[in-house]
Amino acid sequence: MAVPVPAAARAAAVGGLAGFWRQFRRHRTGVFGLAVVVVLVLVAVFAPWLAPTDPFTTSRAALQPPGTPGHLLGTDHLGRDVLSGVIWGARVSLIVGLAAAFTATVIGILVGAVAGYFGGWADELLMRVTELFQIIPRFVLALIVVAFFGSGLVNLILVIGILSWPQTARLVRSQFLRHRTLPYVDGARVVGMRAWRIIFVEILPNVLAPVIVVASLDIAQAILLEASLGFFGLGDPNLRSWGGMLNTAQQYVRIAWWMSIFPGLAISLAVLGFNLVGDGLNEATDPRLREGA
Amino acid sequence: MSGARGSKALGAYALERLLNAVPLVLGVIVVNFLLVSLAPGDPVTALIGEYPAPPDYVERVRAQYGLDAALPERLLRYLGSVVRGDLGFSFANRQPVATLVIERLGRTLLLMLTTVVFATAVGIVLGVWAARRPHSAVDRGATGFALAGYSIPEFWLGQILILVFAVGLGWLPAGGFRSIRADYAGWAAVVDQVRHMVLPMLALSFRYMAITTRLTRASLLEVMNADYILASRARGLSERRVLWEHGLRAAALPIITVIGYNFGFIVAGSALVETVFGWPGVGRLMYDSIFTRDYPVLLGILLLVSVSVILVNLLTDVAYALFDPRVRY
Repeated sequence: MAVPVPAAARAAAVGGLAGFWRQFRRHRTGVFGLAVVVVLVLVAVFAPWLAPTDPFTTSRAALQPPGTPGHLLGTDHLGRDVLSGVIWGARVSLIVGLAAAFTATVIGILVGAVAGYFGGWADELLMRVTELFQIIPRFVLALIVVAFFGSGLVNLILVIGILSWPQTARLVRSQFLRHRTLPYVDGARVVGMRAWRIIFVEILPNVLAPVIVVASLDIAQAILLEASLGFFGLGDPNLRSWGGMLNTAQQYVRIAWWMSIFPGLAISLAVLGFNLVGDGLNEATDPRLREGA
Repeated sequence: MSGARGSKALGAYALERLLNAVPLVLGVIVVNFLLVSLAPGDPVTALIGEYPAPPDYVERVRAQYGLDAALPERLLRYLGSVVRGDLGFSFANRQPVATLVIERLGRTLLLMLTTVVFATAVGIVLGVWAARRPHSAVDRGATGFALAGYSIPEFWLGQILILVFAVGLGWLPAGGFRSIRADYAGWAAVVDQVRHMVLPMLALSFRYMAITTRLTRASLLEVMNADYILASRARGLSERRVLWEHGLRAAALPIITVIGYNFGFIVAGSALVETVFGWPGVGRLMYDSIFTRDYPVLLGILLLVSVSVILVNLLTDVAYALFDPRVRY
């Protein structure tokens, strides 16, 4: 029982991609999450066609409540259309979320693979650094870095990505610790395969399933962090983001609830969507959970 | 194991954890130093902020940190002054950074500790309810709440709470630390303070409550089939007692761990919530410092908050060892 079955073999056993989908489909919350994510992606991709106006266009119709002709979700203090802001904001959140989670996953895989495969002082050192990154409050550090270096989109992605890898690194490390003593890795070593090939070609594909689960949860966290920075006034100044909209809404909470409700709802839904997809993937790829259900 | 031996071993374990924390604290200081050194432009800006400072102070900072010296020497000097408790001077607030941050830290801790206690208590109750009948309506409700609570940003929740309870219903104040105009004393002052704390605490609690609910439910479901639980059922203990006494004992450990692990997240959350409610703690100070470009304050907050996270983790490690005799120390 203790012999771990590589994820690829597991997927094959239940019938490849179709089998995986059959497993995933059984978790209604996961499917709901996926639906939310799909809608988010569609809105982000088709934002220019969906949005009634440019999100930056001001008008004399300031602070109009929802239902005002031409402004379904109302307008803000400068007369900008809230609905258009929410639609364009989906782009910012999605780009930052995906790119930052991707950055974090790549760093986490590299750090975790090296630490877990080689062990010894490399492991010791890398785990200390990982611990340090877990201890330092991400939001505070991100805030300072963005305040120092500027809050452009690329900076936001890099900062959030560079601060979000520890969980992936720990996961990958523990998987590599397990796999490096398995016969198939020994075999690869005996036939003289180079370390980097063993790491990336032999082991990595077998440990990717849980990494993908963490990555989808990372997307949710990255969206949340970007929104938090935006709320602190540190979003990309050239883009309309959900966090930034909530920043301006803060001063108008008492008189214009719609400025606050809709962007916040959008953030919550997007984060929820990716969290649910992560949960669903976790349950669909983990045979222990499947048998228990 | 005798009590005396146990406590001695625990002391040794605590010391070991403390020694482990030293390189982490050093690491935090080095990160801070790197931020100062890598900041675009003159490092003096990072050390003083963009608030106009007297030229002789600028010169003093230059000399103190040996800004013309090589990097390793600068790091040593920086370490030296941090160890002496010198985190620089905030010109926007006309106060040494250490004094300023520590004063604000008290108010933030007040908010955070109440939140942790409240959220943990509610989270445990919800988790136990959910685990009592898995897949029931109550369970679905609690699980759904946990998922939502984990996804809603605290600062938005704060705005909603203000909308509903302050603007709409007018039950509670929309922000601030205490009523400025009224001059309450004694009991009335306490009530006034609590009234100001309810909404920020609720906003901050949600995420934490969600985590605790989920965790309590999961660990209860895991142990409820264990042999000793079966044994207590067989002995005729009421289901209620089995659940609360035995089940909860098992759930206590993961909950302690999660308190330590998530402490950093509450710090971040409290920064955001303080900004929404105008609660004059560290978070609000951070928000203000970004706009006054008061960099030494930001760096001081990063340092002190990181060190407190390390301390809390240390405490939870020791608490964990106290609770669970199986932990080898």
